[in-house]
Amino acid sequence: MDSVSTTSTTGTAGATTASLEVSGLAFAYPDGHQALFGVDFTIGRGERVALLGPNGAGKTTLVLHLNGILGGGAGAVTVAGLPVGKRHMATIRQKVGIVFQDPDDQLFMPTVREDVAFGPAAAGIRGAALAERVRGALDRVGMGDFADRPPHHLSFGQRRRVAVATVLAMEPEILVLDEPSSNLDPASRRELADILRSLDVTVLMVTHDLPYALELCPRSLILSDGVIVADGPTAGLLSDEELMRAHRLELPFGFDPRVAETRVTDPE
Amino acid sequence: MHVPDGFIDAPTSAVTGVIAAGALAVSLRGARRELGGTSRASEAERGGEKTAPLAGLVAAFIFAVQMLNFPVAAGTSGHLLGGALAAILVGPYTGVLCVSVVLLMQGVLFADGGLTALGVNITDMALVTTVVSYAVFRGLLAVLPRGRRSVTVASFVAALVSVPAAACAFTLIYAVGGTTDVSIGKVATAMIGVHVLIGVGEAVITALTVGAVIAVRPDLVHGARGLRQRLRLRVDGELVDAPASPVSPAAAPTSRRKVWVTGLVASLVLAGFVSFYASASPDGLEKVAHDKGIDTRAREHASAGSPLADYGVKDVSDARLSGGLAGVIGVGVTVVAGSAVFWAVRRRRDTDVPPVSHGL
Amino acid sequence: MGAGHAHRLYRHADSPVHALPPHTKLAAALLFVLVVVSTPREAIWAFGVYAVLLAAVARGARVPAGFLLRRLLIEVPFVAFAVLMPFVAEGERVQVLGLSLSVNGLWGAWNVLAKGTLGVAASVLLATTTELRQLLLGLERLKLPPLLVQIASFMIRYGDVITDEMRRMRIARASRGFEARGVRHWGVLAKSAGALFIRSYERGERVHLAMVSRGYAGSMPVIEEATASPAQWRRALALPCSALVVCLLGWTL
Repeated sequence: MDSVSTTSTTGTAGATTASLEVSGLAFAYPDGHQALFGVDFTIGRGERVALLGPNGAGKTTLVLHLNGILGGGAGAVTVAGLPVGKRHMATIRQKVGIVFQDPDDQLFMPTVREDVAFGPAAAGIRGAALAERVRGALDRVGMGDFADRPPHHLSFGQRRRVAVATVLAMEPEILVLDEPSSNLDPASRRELADILRSLDVTVLMVTHDLPYALELCPRSLILSDGVIVADGPTAGLLSDEELMRAHRLELPFGFDPRVAETRVTDPE
Repeated sequence: MHVPDGFIDAPTSAVTGVIAAGALAVSLRGARRELGGTSRASEAERGGEKTAPLAGLVAAFIFAVQMLNFPVAAGTSGHLLGGALAAILVGPYTGVLCVSVVLLMQGVLFADGGLTALGVNITDMALVTTVVSYAVFRGLLAVLPRGRRSVTVASFVAALVSVPAAACAFTLIYAVGGTTDVSIGKVATAMIGVHVLIGVGEAVITALTVGAVIAVRPDLVHGARGLRQRLRLRVDGELVDAPASPVSPAAAPTSRRKVWVTGLVASLVLAGFVSFYASASPDGLEKVAHDKGIDTRAREHASAGSPLADYGVKDVSDARLSGGLAGVIGVGVTVVAGSAVFWAVRRRRDTDVPPVSHGL
Repeated sequence: MGAGHAHRLYRHADSPVHALPPHTKLAAALLFVLVVVSTPREAIWAFGVYAVLLAAVARGARVPAGFLLRRLLIEVPFVAFAVLMPFVAEGERVQVLGLSLSVNGLWGAWNVLAKGTLGVAASVLLATTTELRQLLLGLERLKLPPLLVQIASFMIRYGDVITDEMRRMRIARASRGFEARGVRHWGVLAKSAGALFIRSYERGERVHLAMVSRGYAGSMPVIEEATASPAQWRRALALPCSALVVCLLGWTL
């Protein structure tokens, strides 16, 4: 039943240059647990794509392959034409901006300013250019006034936004967000959605928050048991009840993707 | 055991400061190697980049776990000192480094342990504890049959020995540079007596904690790492073997058996002495335990093995004193033997691996 | 530590002591304590002068006496020890109020008490007038190995996060009716400690991933510089220098 949707993998991204290409990716952790069993998909430049899947599907493992943090298994990842590997590692890590699930992991420097400056500074940017990058990134997420605060004094939603800024400061080719909506209250959720929609980058959003995926991403992939089992328009996938049930994806009570989609596409 | 300013004279403090600085320099270099190839390392990220965040988090863990109370009886409770635990879980270099950073921060931020006594504190609590426990741990592992139970047993003995070893080191430092006129015999008896008891508590907790970690993430226990399976692909619902990729084999730790056996024998000698001592004066120890608790810590982890708490034992009879001296000699032998083993192995490793440059 | 302790340790004020660069203050505190420790214990007056010097610094830093004295409480265990010394030490003994005390022990007690207290007071003043972040920068400026300072910095940043995790685990245990009462319950507590280690270590790995993802390759990019002018050095070192004069007088008088 899943094979029908898998065939559409290449169709969506054919026209534009691919921001991200993943083929035949498999990986097991040193403790023996295998998380990926051959993942294939392509994301075109400027696309906003949701990667959906239940807990334990291998989503985070997949994300860590995108900038070469994990590797050594089978298969290949290509970012904007560059193969992810030791040779281009510095460029790859600048091009792939990952926003991790727990902002406490991401914000490791003593102040917000230093944290946002970390990436560009590591790339060799100094002085006024660095300050400009930091200010620009913080303004884009509406956190310009918090530059000198220590991260642990911010609310969770604010920390998540700063985490996005730390990555934006590196001017990435593709922004990868791991569960961006988790632990956010509805207002912070909406604020973050507005920010993400305003950005002019390729976005891969890894989540099991289906309404959020529908709101932000026209296209979705479903990762289940370490393989991509479906790829297509988000509304279509979410409406396929059998597919959803087979992969432990459930819509919130009373949520109808078809009605919601018309709301998203014609906001007025 | 946080020694305050003025307890040890200035020259001795300076010398221990130099020792501590040397130990830190060696550990910084060694820790890069230990933390370079951990559980989720890939080809791309080998090297020392991992040291800062991992050692920092382990230091934060040690700091936190020192505040976890283990109730003993009647309102008293103990807590981990953590040197042995750190050495076993993350390796001796990282262990020294983490405990030292905890001590440094405690001294600078909380005035817990004097600034001039930092050298004494680091030498005693970070260096001796960690090195002795790790030498004993690896020595036991080399001769015991492979398996989780052996790791637990080895952790127990390692932690048990490490605490009186630190007490002994303190006694030696005190003998050289103590500013008060308490006889070395009394200091030795009180320090080592109490610390054998503390060591038992430390041993139980350390062994249980290592056991708990090994049950869930065996790959995180330093030295019990290195199990890999073949990758498989799910093709049309079937699992097939993935094409083999170059995987660096886990380091083979077995070749130094001989050296470790020597270390083990030394530690057994020590264990003999300690138990002899412990059984020679059960009343005294019990009394100390009741008076002081294994550690009557209330807040801020100040009192665990603080020398003052330990000095509470007065009027020790000659018989016990001689027993105590026997303990001193035993632990001393182990410290020396353990260090020798450690250095021997380190030198061998250094010849294998090109030295990583770092600024000091 | 970290935030939880940070705002309790540091006391913000607009004073000349606060304004000094962190490394000058660190050096001053260390040298001061070193001088104090080297002072002969018989020069009782010298310790009085040291105390006055510290009090002057505290006044200059607008640190209230009550705040300082409360922080000195960390020393209490040592006081308890010092009190014991006259009873256990060897040598010539004197009778005070019917108790037989060792003269050496009395001197020893005085020595540890005076030097220990001054040491603690100096450290407390340092931590009270210097922000945590600045202290770390200061340590780095004093040529501590950068890696060591990085480790300390991570420990500070995550100390709170980990302590908080430990607290949540305790609440989770208590909510399920568990109360540790004796040695029998150590197994459960040790499992918590083990879980805490795993969480800490895994967080360390995640932090590392986040760093590597942003181009970290082993050294922290320099973002903030702390520099000190000769005038600032002179002002900071005034304390240990005057202490040194007192110390030398103590040896000669």
